[in-house]
Amino acid sequence: MKYVDEFRDRAKAEALIAEIGRLLARNATVRRRSLHIMEVCGGHTHSIFRYGIEGMLPDGIELIHGPGCPVCVLPIGIVDDCVALAERPEVIFTTFGDAMRVPGSQKTLLQARADGADVRMVYSPLDALVLARKHPEREIVFFGLGFETTMPSTALTILRAEAERIGNFSVFCNHITIVPTIKAVLDSPDMQLDGFLGPGHVSMVVGAAPFRFVAEHYKKPLVIAGFEPLDILQSIWMVLRQLDEGRCEIENQYARIVPAGGNSPALHAVAEIYELREFFEWRGLGSIDHSGVRLRERYAAFDAARKFALPNARIADPQSCQCGEVLKGVIKPWQCKVFGTACTPERPLGALMVSSEGACAAYYRYGGVRRRQQGAAA
Amino acid sequence: MTANRTVTLAHGGGGKAMKDLIADVFVSAFANPALAPLEDQARFDMAAIAARGDQLAFTTDSYVVDPLFFPGGDIGKLAVNGTINDLAVGGALPLYLSCAAIIEEGLPLALLRDVAGSMARAAREAGVVIATGDTKVVPKGACDKLFVTTSGIGVIRPGLELGAHRARPGDIVLVNGWLGDHGAAILAARGDLALETPIESDCAALHRLIAALLEAAPGMRCLRDATRGGVATVLNEFALASEAAIEIDEAATPLREEVRGFCDILGLDPLYLANEGKLVAIVPAEQAEAALAALRRDQRGREAAAIGRVADGEPGRVTMRTAFGGSRIVDMLVGEQLPRIC
Repeated sequence: MKYVDEFRDRAKAEALIAEIGRLLARNATVRRRSLHIMEVCGGHTHSIFRYGIEGMLPDGIELIHGPGCPVCVLPIGIVDDCVALAERPEVIFTTFGDAMRVPGSQKTLLQARADGADVRMVYSPLDALVLARKHPEREIVFFGLGFETTMPSTALTILRAEAERIGNFSVFCNHITIVPTIKAVLDSPDMQLDGFLGPGHVSMVVGAAPFRFVAEHYKKPLVIAGFEPLDILQSIWMVLRQLDEGRCEIENQYARIVPAGGNSPALHAVAEIYELREFFEWRGLGSIDHSGVRLRERYAAFDAARKFALPNARIADPQSCQCGEVLKGVIKPWQCKVFGTACTPERPLGALMVSSEGACAAYYRYGGVRRRQQGAAA
Repeated sequence: MTANRTVTLAHGGGGKAMKDLIADVFVSAFANPALAPLEDQARFDMAAIAARGDQLAFTTDSYVVDPLFFPGGDIGKLAVNGTINDLAVGGALPLYLSCAAIIEEGLPLALLRDVAGSMARAAREAGVVIATGDTKVVPKGACDKLFVTTSGIGVIRPGLELGAHRARPGDIVLVNGWLGDHGAAILAARGDLALETPIESDCAALHRLIAALLEAAPGMRCLRDATRGGVATVLNEFALASEAAIEIDEAATPLREEVRGFCDILGLDPLYLANEGKLVAIVPAEQAEAALAALRRDQRGREAAAIGRVADGEPGRVTMRTAFGGSRIVDMLVGEQLPRIC
């Protein structure tokens, strides 16, 4: 595939890995432990596993899979709200595919569908709007989830619905925002991170400026990274080069997609539709201030949370789950007490085992079992 | 009855309307001596069957594909070729099929006729006989338009023994061409992706290709058609049953550009996409060249490739060397593949 295969070139990968090895070797004697680099975004985690990048890296560097999988951080109570909405007879509940397997306290959306709820998988909120036009007698609810990447498309769909005066469309808004989350990770007392791969798709919307605090306040390098395997290797190399040269800056490896100032029409739509919540409850990480958004009062007519009564229960994560420690990079997935035993992709306890972007599911599928056995033997 | 334009519950009532439907749509399309007497069962001469082999193979499969017609095929062609392939991958020569149709009332008769015509054509091309059948009509909503079940009988010649448990370290893994076409074509044809692709289903009967393959590689260990769950699932089944590891090479895996692009956009893995005219074969290394040549001589195997080998590693484990130079595990899927959010 033109313009794609160039970013999957094996020879270039080998050259970059050699460079990474050379940079690592230069400071190896003064380091007491491996360098820890966190990729914030679930899309990166997916690429890292899909292309087997971890196994290609030299010793002395570890990738920590961060909290940027929006499906993984959905709390149980929100899934229960989704199920309750979906089970209303007048509702057609529309959602991105990978949210369908996330366990609530009673069931997943897939199980709700099997029990008779009208749950439909869509690829864009605009698909949900098409359903609303087609079924004026039904209420179409779109499950708005994801970071700044998907926030604008939900916002633009609401603006479209308003312009067309579509009254039977609403959004169950659970969009979240990445910056307070990175901050929460950095503030965590057990944090041991040396640098970040910044989220490419989020940055395409918000630009580079919102990440400056990582370098300025926390003195950690962050490189905004693309999603092809060479993008990831080059970004790792850029983080190492900063560390080697004693710099900590926000660099943009993904400049072909990410403009420094972000995407202003998208940002306008976001500012028009949403306001920050006081706090948002994350699975594994707990409550983080100002980390979620809700619809502004002016758009209340499109807000499923205002339109329908919801159970709105806050349900604690299962006690045995160590998702939070994995998300913060304190432990590796296979070091969790229930990884591969009580928590498997067939019966996930924690959300990190649910989505293919979740670190635990990725390890389980792509080699974690072996890592675990090696860990146990060591 | 041809004046009626849709199937109604009367067509399932057991009376004249049903007899007319069967005669008009199915018997006329399938026209053959085994079906002609319209007894409750087809009858075969045992001696004639026994002359062609020493084991009888028997299989059944139901087809519920949506949409009924898609680029490269339809439910009828699929129901014939799919069951033929289930027989053929056991080394059987397919002989007879049954056809049971469950029809939702309101289905246009012309559409039913098209499906029956397509089944007849596929059977004729493959040299198999649709020897018995059944129709049921159910109320609206009790099924989705049309479900078809075909069972098949075939004969296995003496001395042939294929089994998923027979793979040995050193054996070579072959496929007969582009992977994932059917799965991608069906997803695109459902129309809710707003993606237009030229991808067509690979729906095809493989028994002649398999006969040539078995002649070229008599030591064949195992064969399976890579339908639901794709090549990844078949390889996992082989690895588990044989208690061996299998290593495949991404760069050697035949994938159309269109299918790669389709999967990249949707976040799907082509190794798990369904095929309807693709087989996975495991052959001893010394017969791999001959097997590959035999596959490539046939139109249905033109793009055949050796994609990996059976290895000594962890029993039951399938791994892939990525084109990028890394390595990853290719596991069984838990459920269906769900497209990723970003």
